[in-house]
Amino acid sequence: MAYITPVLPEIIVLTMACVILLADLFWRRRFKGLMYGVSQATLVGAGFAAYHMLGDAPTVIFHGMVVGDRLSAIFQIAIFMLTIGVLAYSRTYIAERGVFRSEYFVLALTGVVGMCVMVSAAHFLSLYLGLELLSLSLYALIAMQRDSIGATEAAMKYFVLGALASGLLLYGMSMLYGATGSLRITQVASVLATLPPHNLVATLGLVFVLSGLAFKLGAVPFHMWIPDVYEGAPTAVTLYVSTAPKVAAFALFLRLLVEGLHGLSGAWQEMLVMLAVLSMGVGNVVAIAQTNMKRMLAYSAIAHMGFLLMGVLSARVGGYADALFYALVYAFMSLGAFGIIILLSRKGFEAERLEDLRGLHRRSPWYAWMMLLFMFSMAGIPPTIGFYAKLAVIQAAVSAGFYGLAVVAVLFSVIGAFYYLRIVKLMFFDAPVDAAPLRKAGDLRWLLSVNGVAMLLAAPWAGTLIAICRAAVRGLP
Amino acid sequence: MIDVYRHIALSIAIWLPIATGLVILALGGRAPGLVRPLGTAGAGITFLATVPLWGLFHAHSFAMQFGERIPWIPAFHINYALGLDGISLPLVMLTSFIGVVVVIAAGPAVKERVAEYFAAFLIMEGLMIGVFCALDAMLFYVFWEAMLIPMFLIIGIWGGPNRVYATIKFFLYTFLGSVLMLIALLYLHFEAGETFNIASFYHLPLGNTPQILIFLAFLIAFAVKIPMWPVHTWLPDAHVEAPTGGSVVLAAIMLKMGAYGFVRFSLPIVPEASHELAGLMITLSLIAIVYIGLVALVQDDMKKLIAYSSIAHMGFVTLGIFLFQNIAMEGALVQMISHGFVSAGLFLCVGVLYDRLHSRAIHDYGGVANRMPIFAAFMMLFAMANAGLPGTSGFVGELFVILGAFKADFWYAVLAATTLISGAAYTLWMYKRVIFGAVTKPAVAGLSDVTGRELTFLAVLGVAVLFLGLWPAPLLHVMAASVHHLLLRPGVQLGGATP
Repeated sequence: MAYITPVLPEIIVLTMACVILLADLFWRRRFKGLMYGVSQATLVGAGFAAYHMLGDAPTVIFHGMVVGDRLSAIFQIAIFMLTIGVLAYSRTYIAERGVFRSEYFVLALTGVVGMCVMVSAAHFLSLYLGLELLSLSLYALIAMQRDSIGATEAAMKYFVLGALASGLLLYGMSMLYGATGSLRITQVASVLATLPPHNLVATLGLVFVLSGLAFKLGAVPFHMWIPDVYEGAPTAVTLYVSTAPKVAAFALFLRLLVEGLHGLSGAWQEMLVMLAVLSMGVGNVVAIAQTNMKRMLAYSAIAHMGFLLMGVLSARVGGYADALFYALVYAFMSLGAFGIIILLSRKGFEAERLEDLRGLHRRSPWYAWMMLLFMFSMAGIPPTIGFYAKLAVIQAAVSAGFYGLAVVAVLFSVIGAFYYLRIVKLMFFDAPVDAAPLRKAGDLRWLLSVNGVAMLLAAPWAGTLIAICRAAVRGLP
Repeated sequence: MIDVYRHIALSIAIWLPIATGLVILALGGRAPGLVRPLGTAGAGITFLATVPLWGLFHAHSFAMQFGERIPWIPAFHINYALGLDGISLPLVMLTSFIGVVVVIAAGPAVKERVAEYFAAFLIMEGLMIGVFCALDAMLFYVFWEAMLIPMFLIIGIWGGPNRVYATIKFFLYTFLGSVLMLIALLYLHFEAGETFNIASFYHLPLGNTPQILIFLAFLIAFAVKIPMWPVHTWLPDAHVEAPTGGSVVLAAIMLKMGAYGFVRFSLPIVPEASHELAGLMITLSLIAIVYIGLVALVQDDMKKLIAYSSIAHMGFVTLGIFLFQNIAMEGALVQMISHGFVSAGLFLCVGVLYDRLHSRAIHDYGGVANRMPIFAAFMMLFAMANAGLPGTSGFVGELFVILGAFKADFWYAVLAATTLISGAAYTLWMYKRVIFGAVTKPAVAGLSDVTGRELTFLAVLGVAVLFLGLWPAPLLHVMAASVHHLLLRPGVQLGGATP
């Protein structure tokens, strides 16, 4: 039993995904009402399984393919929680659009399995396997509404570019194998430590690996797919893409760059500085020009990933904790912001344009306040939790001596504040154009309220969250 | 009892208005009748809760008093640390006082979203008190930035026709100013051995270049807030578009925060750089006094005129701070308090007129004294105080600063003294055109004099202006020890500025 304990969460989720698929096949009518509950219960159960691994000592199983340590457990819990939130938010949305089918839940769950494998990978191959499992689930999820031209186009784009990125990643891994003679992350690290510095093959491998990772995270200049996918995919799927996979992609940075390639940290620090500056710059500036809400949030996501990279590139354990904190906070902000879009949409009408937010404060003051909290949190204005996340990563950069980068980051955050303020302006200062009454979705109301108030109330407990993040990364070099 | 009060007074002053504001926001739609009484009670009790501070304050000590310190985010070494000294105590009193005035002044002119209006002002009051009380740099920064949110909404929702432009300009300008301060604070945090305690920043052995850079980072943050020439352009826009209450809070309190920042951060943390760049600061201050005074002269919009006059008066404050003289520093601090009362009074006067005629243009008025004699008398008092007439609060601060300037350099004093001419010119000329003369406009003929509510807030401000002008001793007594100590710090010598 101890042999498989570290992969228990994956086993639970995968088994239940198969069960849902089969149950839907044989008892379609009767099972339809249960599908949602079963999926959520699965995630909760897997979460508890991961929670029980928290105290265990790191164990490597399956011939060095998978590792169960505190890092993987905490990441998995975060992924489960975020996916629970995503499914809860998207329930009404998918029901209204006729995609409330087992495929949606099965693909969401297999994506979760992929993410779990990614965060607990101890070997290049298992890492790649997890990544592909996630990516394939996402391609199919995006194209779920097969009548929608936008969604199909987004899925195609994502698929082609994603395949390219996977190729880059694999190519880089093969070079690292050539330089070190191993695919096990810990062995790669120990061999790299013995190599003379500036090993050309290893550095070239690093470049390719980093390109692949940057693509998955959506950092400039590997960001082209993000706006199209965010805009084209059904909002419920955009919600999914923008939350847990970001956290999982960040875990890859920790597994590959920090655990595996720590010997090359000087090289990847420089590369990450470029990626961070470009992401913050392009993301924040281009977002200003958007009129589509989902595209705007896509560029904002790109900018946020730039901030997240600031924590990684400090190459300090404290910085990784700060970046993890940032990733989690961002995922919850993103959940709320897309949740508002879902709330305002109804059957046959997608509230995607910025204009659709106009006068929200007159139509529904409460939701307008919630959105205001999400926006100010994304802009990083205290006392919202987003400020502490920005503070954390900027502090990480300053502690590592990147003063110039810190200055660039805060200046871009001022530019970014503009388009968040524009949303607040539309909601509070303008008169409504869309007079249709808002939906009376009970669970959505609670979700948004809890999520929004958490932006404000989580701040006093930011310290606790950071302590958890620190515990997660304690074992890293 | 008193011991307990000493340890919770500041938290009450910060959180009571914020809690009241949140309750009003939550109740808002359901119980519109409760909003005004609740808001008035919240602001009133907050003011009453801060009054004993004055009595319990040990004026002979420069130490921080009424201290509170709780670890807040240990992971970031941030503490919830509060305290008052002789410099911040008067500012806290001013804030809670103006809080009451603003709530009373929110008359029938505020028709829509009344609950949100009261909530925004009360929350902002708590945050502003927090800025003056915070002894932890990051706590200070949180209050400092959080304040932007309610002000953004106040100008944007209840403002004039061009409010969106004005409020976004206000927000981005001040946000841009303060982010560089954040980096300076983070740098100091690491230099001081991972603490954000402001006092532990004071004796850091910093090199010349870091000192200059930190000073400049602080300068941008505080100069935008004050605002100093040439980063003042957001203020006239914000003032013109803001509702009366917003203008009052902006002018009376928010502008003081920049000056407070210089005193609390720049001077003690980077004393050598402050001395080295004092010439620059004095030059900018004198430009504000002379040039902005002339700009104020040609304004036709009353609010814009008072806004420019505020910039000129704040130039006096920064001049007083950077002369490094006891008397000039005290003058600057008195000027801060005095300008709080005077500018609040003037903006409320304009608000009274605007509520009746819906115009702020000087040429729309004339002969108001014939219809509103009581109002004219109060406006006369505030106008005279703005011009620095002896016997009003405006005189004390200006006199002290000019005396200090004489000690430093004759020409500083000459340039600073031109305000006595230009200030009198623009204020009294405006007063003459609005209040005196024959009634030529039909709209003016229909004016009615102040109501009881308006009389209340004008009277309390008028009393404050006269009291401070005739007997400033209590205020000077409270701040003396802290000012003396501030100027005694190593590197900051008494007597003689070093431009």
